[in-house]
Amino acid sequence: MESKNSNSDLLKKKIYLSDLIAKILIKTIAFISFLSIILIFVFVFREALPIFYYKASEKVYTDEDLKQETYGEEFLGIPQTEEQHSSSSVIHATHEDDKSIWENIFSSTWEPISSEPKYGIIPLVIGSFKVTLIAILIAAPIGILSAIFTSTFAPKWAKEILKPAIEILAGFPSVVIGFFALVVLASFLQDVFGYQYRLNAFVGGLAMSIAVIPIIYTVTEDSLSAIPKSYIEASLALGAEKWQTTLFVVVPAATPGIFAAVLLGIGRAFGETMIVLMATGNAALISSSIFDPVRTMSATIGAEMAEVVFGELHYNVLFLLGSILFIFTFTLNAIAEFYVRNKLLKKFGGHK
Amino acid sequence: MKIKKILYGLSLKAITGFSAFIILLIVAVIMLNIISGGWSHITWEFLTTAPKEGMTEGGIFPAIFGTFLLVVIMSIFSVPIGTISAIYLSEYSSSNSIVARFIRFSVNTLAGVPAIVFGLFGLGFFIQFVGKGMDNILYGGIELRWGQPNILWASLTMALLTLPVVIVSVEEAIKAVPKELREASLALGATKWQTIRKVVIPNSLTGILTGGILAVSRGAGEVAPILFTGAAYFLPYLPTSLSHQFMELGYHIYIMSTQSPDVEATRGIQYATTLVLLVLTFTLNFSAIFLRYRIRTAKSNFG
Repeated sequence: MESKNSNSDLLKKKIYLSDLIAKILIKTIAFISFLSIILIFVFVFREALPIFYYKASEKVYTDEDLKQETYGEEFLGIPQTEEQHSSSSVIHATHEDDKSIWENIFSSTWEPISSEPKYGIIPLVIGSFKVTLIAILIAAPIGILSAIFTSTFAPKWAKEILKPAIEILAGFPSVVIGFFALVVLASFLQDVFGYQYRLNAFVGGLAMSIAVIPIIYTVTEDSLSAIPKSYIEASLALGAEKWQTTLFVVVPAATPGIFAAVLLGIGRAFGETMIVLMATGNAALISSSIFDPVRTMSATIGAEMAEVVFGELHYNVLFLLGSILFIFTFTLNAIAEFYVRNKLLKKFGGHK
Repeated sequence: MKIKKILYGLSLKAITGFSAFIILLIVAVIMLNIISGGWSHITWEFLTTAPKEGMTEGGIFPAIFGTFLLVVIMSIFSVPIGTISAIYLSEYSSSNSIVARFIRFSVNTLAGVPAIVFGLFGLGFFIQFVGKGMDNILYGGIELRWGQPNILWASLTMALLTLPVVIVSVEEAIKAVPKELREASLALGATKWQTIRKVVIPNSLTGILTGGILAVSRGAGEVAPILFTGAAYFLPYLPTSLSHQFMELGYHIYIMSTQSPDVEATRGIQYATTLVLLVLTFTLNFSAIFLRYRIRTAKSNFG
């Protein structure tokens, strides 16, 4: 009797043990997404960090770089042995960079590959915002209005065409959209508008809007369909027309969701690389015309990272651009997530 | 007044309908353009041979092979990790617990991180940190083998990018498994892990498959993360080791249409490559849509 008892106890424990191991393993693996966010934070910033220490005596890049940088200028006259060169270059660089590293970065010229490299990120930041703005101004109305169309006016057959069409659009790889913009859209738009540069901010923004429409449409549609039926029925029961219900009941109730849709769209457009890399012309200009070429932050990283020397200031500045991209999209997502979800929950908490 | 009302209604309907029409138009124009441009260049030879004559002739087989290898290695990592994360989120944590909310927020954030930032991460973490570290330990830092772009690092970067895709669709499938099945299993004396292993996972296999397919489709289409973590312009050989670089379809399109010496002359190859990539992603996407549709109908049958 006793032995039997202990036997079953043992069995029981064994099962519980496997359960426990499984639980711990599953929990650990589930933390990988959290861990990777932390790691992305740490490692993207880590590579950008040398810029902040740049003034300190620890030289990250100067030795090799100065050879090219100052070749043929004031340094030429100084006879250099190995030690002399390295020490003098450090002095020279720290002296010069006392004032210039951040001034350089916040200047308005991006010329990383020249005798005197300039890392002014201002034109790149402006370029990113310019393309994003154009893309959102085109994509937001189209996405939101067609979402309203599907959720209220569309007959069943129209929905059955539109839904897969959106899925197809969302499934286009961005390089395909970029290719289409580069080969077809750019020439077509130049014929229509007759501007000077074939590839410019407008072409890039328009192509980008193709990539952003599905996001805005999907999130808007979700928030429209989350509105309780009772709202709509109440409005209709009071004698309002369908369009009045849509315009004055459904859309205002879904505003937080639509807001989130636009935020997510901005985040996508801001970080998207291949489309802008292929369709914007990639010239780091500051201009007010939308028909001038631009160079965005993401395109700069994409185009230059492969050729850059590890540990150079150029390398670090590209990571700084990446950090800015990351912080910006992270903030947008966090706002979309918390603000909007809370607002929606408060509004419809009891209705579902 | 009544006429005005009807007019308003009609115009609102017209405007929204027109926007929807624009979307259809965009899809149709892009599809027709790519198909008409690429169709005539797709031959058996094009799909099975390597580029020739400085990439102005020949096929794209290495790019197809590289893409295939990339998504396979990527799936080996992202599908199990994504599935287990989804199991944790739906089975082990209540949706209000702080840990679960943290993880869910991480998944959403991960989904919103720009692809190029994943590329930077792959470079900073996998290549410069892990790869260089491996070289130091294995070869004493003399030989540069892992501390440079290769297919393993590119696949791992891509796996991270596609992780949210897997998690979201597996979680949906797990949620579609009726509560009664779990309760029956538990009532028969099975432990939680046994229930998950024998009841929950078998019943959500379609969802796991869907997640995998969607991840593959996404991974095959993204180019930004592999720009500097492993993709190569041209390679005379196929990658045979994890430390080799590789050619990829999307990267091939980008390179051929922007960096090749005579862009106009290879237009046909560019279109055909784009068409191949489109067909690949569409086939994957539509099978995923079909499977998801089946899950949803199964759910309503249970309910």
